[in-house]
Amino acid sequence: MAEQEQKRKSPAADRTSTTESDAESAAAAAPATSERGEKLKAELDDLLDEIDEVLEDNAEEFVRNYVQKGGQ
Amino acid sequence: MAITKVCGIETEYGIHSPGPEQNPIAASSVLVNAYAADVEQKIGWDFEDETPGNDARGFAREGSLAPMVETHLANTVLTNGARFYVDHAHPEYSTPECLTPLECVVYDKAGEEILRRAMTAAALRMPDQGSPIVYKNNSDGKGNSYGCHENYMMDRAVPFAKVIEGVVPHFVSRTIYVGAGKVGVETPALNSSTVEYQISQRAEFFEEVVGLETTLKRPIVNTRDEPHADPKRFRRLHVIVGDANLSEIATLLKVGTTAIVLAMVEDEAGPTRDLALADPVRALHQVSADLSLSSPLTLSDGSTATALEMQWEIFGAARKYAAEQGLAALGDDGGDDGVGALILNHWETVLEGLESDPTTLSDTLDWVAKQQLLLAYQDRHSCGWGDPRVAALALQYHDLRPDRSIYQRLGMRRLVTVAESTEAVGEPPPGTRAWFRGKCLARWPDAVVTANWDSLVFDIGTDPLRRVPMMDPLKGTAEHTGALLAQSTGPADLLNRLNS
Repeated sequence: MAEQEQKRKSPAADRTSTTESDAESAAAAAPATSERGEKLKAELDDLLDEIDEVLEDNAEEFVRNYVQKGGQ
Repeated sequence: MAITKVCGIETEYGIHSPGPEQNPIAASSVLVNAYAADVEQKIGWDFEDETPGNDARGFAREGSLAPMVETHLANTVLTNGARFYVDHAHPEYSTPECLTPLECVVYDKAGEEILRRAMTAAALRMPDQGSPIVYKNNSDGKGNSYGCHENYMMDRAVPFAKVIEGVVPHFVSRTIYVGAGKVGVETPALNSSTVEYQISQRAEFFEEVVGLETTLKRPIVNTRDEPHADPKRFRRLHVIVGDANLSEIATLLKVGTTAIVLAMVEDEAGPTRDLALADPVRALHQVSADLSLSSPLTLSDGSTATALEMQWEIFGAARKYAAEQGLAALGDDGGDDGVGALILNHWETVLEGLESDPTTLSDTLDWVAKQQLLLAYQDRHSCGWGDPRVAALALQYHDLRPDRSIYQRLGMRRLVTVAESTEAVGEPPPGTRAWFRGKCLARWPDAVVTANWDSLVFDIGTDPLRRVPMMDPLKGTAEHTGALLAQSTGPADLLNRLNS
């Protein structure tokens, strides 16, 4: 906890100066991010197959008819 | 010391009737009445203590309108201590008073289940017509907005000016995780030719920094002074500036971070940097439209900060405050798996995600999940943001019907089990006066004539009717009144015991 606190003591200042180790850790994180992105895309593809089946039939009319009275 | 942040969420749901019956008030009434008749005994709401026109600043500004209390509409109190009613042509569910932000998530999710059951009950009553469909969102895409309000108990002794100072920077900057995402622009606040998608559904509808209104000229800080509790001791901060979230983590953060900020206001422990914004309303609009999260907001001291930088400042102060003073005000026991640690951990993870790559939060935050889905849809169908199918899909994200809900298909991260939220449909939270309200309603529905947040009125067959005041939200808990209720043989016996 104490260590974490030190790390975040001046978060805004930390972020304005990109140190070498920051750049290294960003590079190390990149493959994991894109791998996750691929997985995400595959999942979304499956979902999009489903969505074409459950999406309201006449999209234009559905959106046009969705009118609400203003509330709080 | 900060007092306990008893909290709750009120959600006005969007309602759509596909059949010939288009009157939203009638449709909302059908939902509430069908649920009450099928599932719950119908108990009336008591308006005696409602004073929505009172202003926390001790005055009413010229030209400000006190909200109307619509006493003739369907209105019922549930055995989980919640209120389910019709407000401004929308079905509205108010959670019972909760002791912790996590409990608030449970009862918010229970509310979704109640609306689903209400839809089923209404459909059985009108099999040949299009029965009402409910959406958990905040706008219709045509300039009409309806709210998701939060409530927090505060110490009356804290000057309201201090509250305003503490919450405005948070309410503007928390948008980056509270936003539920929206296609396009609906008001003159933003440029419709450049903004295709924005983070918040609600942000562009805000026009003032501080004020009493909720339906016109909406203010970032609402001054309604209606504590529903002992007014000498308590204030209820009524927050109207958030989006309705389906994401449980977004709801936890919306309520949890705000409860911590309010505790810090009470303990005079805010961020070291002065985060006062030069133009908070403009900043709120800017944050909503800034998908890159890099827009510099001008502060009163002339410097600038992004919403993300402001959140890091507030988070840093919150973690320091938690370490030094604890988060007992949020019902936290100080342990590593307590609600305080849960909020702080999610808060940090979400800020880190927003900073490095927001798409990593597509299983965590509503606005990111919806954005990624809509982009993928456009990619597949070679269309743009203006395609009606994109608007339909964006709307359907919020559809509560299990077979139509897009949110449910996305497999977002959960904090609450289905068993927990289902139990909360009927059972009140044990740690507030909602417990006494809910249990009395469940046991003696015929004897409770009316109920409201701070009292119950019993009819025990003899005049006069007997009102039981509940002016302290932390009294009437399972611990305080469990034995009393268990020993009482009936409502008359209960009232005798309360008086002895």
